[in-house]
Parts: sequence; structure tokens; C-alpha cells
Amino acid sequence: MTDELIYQGTEDYIVSKDLSNSVNISVALKRPLLIKGEPGTGKTVLAESIARSLGLRLIVWNIKSTTKAQDGLYVYDTVQRLYDSQFGGQNVSDIKQYIKLGKLGEAFQSEERVVLLIDEIDKADLEFPNDLLWELDVMNFYIPETGETIATKHRPIVIITSNAEKELPDAFLRRCVFHYIDFPDQTMMEEIVHVHFPQLDTILLAEALKSFYWLRSVSGLQKKPSTSELLDWVQAITIGGIDPDKIAKEIPFLGALLKKNQDFDLALRQLHLRETDGTSRASRRGW
Amino acid sequence: MFTHFFYQLRREGVPVSITEWMTLMEALGQGLAESSLSGFYYLARAVLVKSESHFDQYDLAFQKYFQGIATPEQLLDQVSKWMENPLPAKMFSEEERNDILNKLGLPNWESLKEALEERMRKQDGPHHGGNTWVGTGGNSPFGHSGFHPGGIRIGGESHGQSAVKVASERNYREYRNDKTLGVRQFEVALRKLRQFSTRIDGAKDQLDLEDTIDETCKNAGQLKLVWTRPRKNAVKLIVLMDAGGSMAPYAHICSQLFSAVHRSSHFKDLKFYYFHNCFYDLLHLDPSCSPRRAVKTYDVMHSLGSDYKVIIIGDAAMAPSELTMIDGNIFWDVSNEEPGFTWLQRLAKNFPYNVWLNPIPEKFWDRVHGSHTIKMVRSVFPMYELTLEGLDQAIKKLMVRK
Repeated sequence: MTDELIYQGTEDYIVSKDLSNSVNISVALKRPLLIKGEPGTGKTVLAESIARSLGLRLIVWNIKSTTKAQDGLYVYDTVQRLYDSQFGGQNVSDIKQYIKLGKLGEAFQSEERVVLLIDEIDKADLEFPNDLLWELDVMNFYIPETGETIATKHRPIVIITSNAEKELPDAFLRRCVFHYIDFPDQTMMEEIVHVHFPQLDTILLAEALKSFYWLRSVSGLQKKPSTSELLDWVQAITIGGIDPDKIAKEIPFLGALLKKNQDFDLALRQLHLRETDGTSRASRRGW
Repeated sequence: MFTHFFYQLRREGVPVSITEWMTLMEALGQGLAESSLSGFYYLARAVLVKSESHFDQYDLAFQKYFQGIATPEQLLDQVSKWMENPLPAKMFSEEERNDILNKLGLPNWESLKEALEERMRKQDGPHHGGNTWVGTGGNSPFGHSGFHPGGIRIGGESHGQSAVKVASERNYREYRNDKTLGVRQFEVALRKLRQFSTRIDGAKDQLDLEDTIDETCKNAGQLKLVWTRPRKNAVKLIVLMDAGGSMAPYAHICSQLFSAVHRSSHFKDLKFYYFHNCFYDLLHLDPSCSPRRAVKTYDVMHSLGSDYKVIIIGDAAMAPSELTMIDGNIFWDVSNEEPGFTWLQRLAKNFPYNVWLNPIPEKFWDRVHGSHTIKMVRSVFPMYELTLEGLDQAIKKLMVRK
């Protein structure tokens, strides 16, 4: 590999082998890395971790439903210029002072290499990714108002996250390296929880994870609890000083894990069934 | 190189394009696959597959193409002995790499494999720093700590799980999009059902910047504001749902679609009606289909414009008499003066944007009990199966007049 930047995760962010592989592939191929996965699997945190591990600055561009591709490049503040020309008495012939670079422009102009996170790209309008194709391909753009071209000095590492709220256009996908973050399995989850709560009791953790994965396996849940909810819950349990034996039996602070009324009722029913059945997890479809 | 794999992927239904394939070739040229099959598995997946719903098809294609490729164990043992006491990892500069690259060209896997087998037969001991034999620090295609454009790494790093094995586990079967999926995915699909329009009525409450600037300039620099209407989704939707007994097995998926439709707030108007097997002169307002909570079908057709789009959800499996006969209604005490089929045709004519979603999988439509009536209904409404893929196709259909 010609590139000396090799990402291997950071101590506070546990990364699977194939995810770090995908990151390195996208860095070597100089393509944006598109990250998808269940909510709460750490898509956004990944970019922070990459930046920290490679010692680069992180620029975050949060996408909202109203974001336009143009906002990321630059904004020409015409209203301010108009205002100045009428009331300010300043010299308004220099348009440059009214051009404000967006996040993408900032990343392009940076003196050193940066990590650019385009967060939740699917929130914007359907055409949004298409509008960025050219800029992400050639890594420069032209400002007609000033006749300037903003070009990258160092090609930024581009990480794009999506929650799959909208399908992304094919032309855009063709240019990306794609990775789907799997939900971590129990061993990996243990590591993750351990990173966040190093002093946690092993028995407590084992019991908590057992209940957590049981809950995820309940069929018919509208929103399965995710890693971030597990971390909240574990914290609640430790603060509450719950006895490990009790966790499996009644799953205290269930509200930290489930956020929907129907899910809550369903889980309680299943929990009750599991108890009365005696055999711990025999019937999952008793209703 | 691997061209058959490309076509295998396309045969399995993974939409791979030439651009992506060239990217993969570039990546292989850079040695990103680490010359191992599992490295190749993840590399090719990251570059070629852009949706988790195609991971399963990818696994299948990979399995078919690479089946039977496994590293013979004893061969590895023998070679790893030669690799003991290696030269220190030799650093190659960019020029040196390019030199070697130009000299040797990009590798060809088939010939590389043959060459390795041949050398395995001939080589009798360790060779380091050379360019032919299996060894370290040189630019032979075989060995480690050296450089060869896409050679085979032997030793140096542990051989983990075989990629073919990973592929055969098919961990992503759940994500296939021809499988029926949850509320969330339905919502995503429904979101495609939109048509933006600024011409619809509503308050002009958005600043039209372009026009404002134009007008201000014309106004000799005095600010003049121009307002416009925001873009809004103009899609209006009628959903008709079969609440009959034969739909009971599909209750779960129907309720998922139901909640997805209800959560979609982006429709301009949304009407929900129920029927039992087939609709006649009444449409019901709740699933119990009691005649007291019902509206006249005629009223619905007359009061709602033909720009409403209609989605009908039902298994379309019933007794033929329910479609063809007067008083064929399944409820004995409810009579209908016109056969159900006439009503179907009438509704389809009144609302030209229409689809029928059937929870019975398409491949059973010809064979299942009720195939006769399914055929009749299909002659009136375009029918799709109630899966994510079917819904996608149905929505595409809804956007154009048939």
C-alpha cells in the first residue's frame, strides 16, 4: 500500500476487522466511505475515531432536511452585500469578503489533510448526493462570483453516514466504498461495554448482556434496543445498584432500552410468559 | 481477471457496474486484497455492493464462483518452513514499485496460481531476496515482506477464516429486499410516492431570493421582496384493505404496511377504507366491516378527484360468485345489485392511478385456491406481491398513468 495511513481503531472505539479494512480500502482508493447500519452502532463516532487514530482534524457537516449541496461549498451573502452598499458605506466591490466557505470548502482549503464527515446524508433531498458528485470526484469547485477555483491541497478522507431513510442515487453509490456495520455479537459487545465501564462487575455484565440479547430476539419489536441504549441501561443499573440475579428476572429500567409503548407492552408480556413457562425461553410466539 | 465473477454477480441480481469493477481492479493492483481470499471477499464487497440488501446475493455468487478453493494445509506447512529466518522487510520506494510494476505488469490470477504450483514442485529450500522463488524481501510474486504487484502473500500474517466459509454462512439473508420486511422499510418505500408541485394552493410565505434580487435591481436598489409558495407533495392516496378471514395469515404484514402508511405524513390527503373480499356499493370505515360505519362507494368516487392514487391490499382469492353474480356478497344478508366485478372496473376507471398488492407470493398466483378470481382481478388492476420489492414496483406504477 502506498499510503502510510492505516486505521486500526482507537482504544475507546472497538472496531471490527472488516470495518477497519473498509476504512483502509477507501483511504487507499481515495473514494468516500459510505457507512450504513442500525441506529446506535456508532456510525458517527467512527469518523471521530479515524480522525483521532490518524491524528487528523475532523470537519463535521451535519445534513438537515433543508441542506442544499451548495451550502457545503460556499455561500454568497448577497443580502449582507446589498445592506452594506445601501447603509454600510464600505467598499462592496470586493466580492470575496461576502463569500463564506461551507464545510466541504473548508475541508478542501485546509492546509493539512482532514477527515470530513458528512453525517446522515439521507436526511437531505433526494437530489442532494447527485449535486455533490462532481465535487467529491475531482475535489475542487469553481466560484463564478470571484472567478476562483477552490481545490484540495490534500485529498480529505470522506466518511458519509446514512440511516437509509432514503435510497441514495446509483451514480452516487458507484463512486463510494460501502460498509454495513453489523450489530456487534456478544463477545464484541462485552469489549465495547468494558471500554465505557472498565470497573463493571463481570457477573453483572454477563447478566445484562444476556437479557439485552434476549430482548433483541423478541420477535415483533418495532425498534430493537441498540448499543447506545445498552450503555445507558448499564449505567442505570450500576447507579441503581441492582442485584445481578434480578436483571434476568425482571429487566429493571426497561424504559432505558425500549422507547415505544407497544414494544414495552410486548416485552413485558414476553417476560411474563418466560417466567410462567418455567423453561426459560421456550415459547417466543405464545400469543 | 475474475470476469466470470462479475457476470455471476449480475446473474444473482447484484447491480454491479463497469465503473465499480474497474475500481476493484485498481484496488487489486494496489494489493488491497492482501492476496488472501478473505481479503478479496471484503474488498470486493466494499467496492461492488452498495446496499446490505444485496449482501446475501453477493454471498451466493461468491460461494458459487469460489467453491472448492481452499488452501491445502500441508503445502502451507512446508512453505512456512522456508519462510523462517526472513530478510528484514524491504522498503520499496515509489519509483522502484513503478519500475517493478511496469516490468511485471498486473498479475493474472490463473497463471499466478499455476506458476505457484509449479514452483512448489521445483523449489527445495529457502530463497530470500530473489525474484523467482518463494521467499522474503524480494520481488518474487510469492512470499512476504517484499513487493510484487499483487503477488500471493505466504506467511507473515495468519490465515484466518476462509472467505468461502464466511460467504456460505449467509449472514445477510435477513436483509434481502425480496423478503418481506418491517414498518421502517415500508415507510422508506412509501416516501418515494411523491410529486412536488408549487402550483397548489397555499400561502405565499417563502422568500424568493432570485426574484427579490431581480426586482430590487429593477427598483433602482430599493429593497423589494418577492414571496412564493413552498414546494409541497401533491400526492393524494386512497388505501383499500381487505379485512376478510382469508387475510388472517397476513395480518402481521398488513398491519406493518398500515402503520407505515399512517406514519407517512407527507401525503396531501390519505383515505382509508376496508372491504371484505370484494367491494360493492359500500366501503367500510373500520375493519369490522359493519354496514353502519360505511360510506357509499359512489360518494367516494364522486367526491374524490381522479388524481387520487389507489392502493388496494387483498389476496383476491374468493368464490367466483362473489365477483360475477348479483347478490354475490359474502354476507348473506347484504345484497348487491351489481356484481363485484363491475365495481372493480368502475373504480379502476374512476381512479386511473391504481395498483393491487397481494400478500400471496407471486409464484403461487396461478396455483393457489382462488387463482381464478386472482386472474380476473389482475385483468382490471396491475397486481404486485406485498413485499418491499413489490411495493417499490407498485409505487413506480402509481406515478404513471397506465
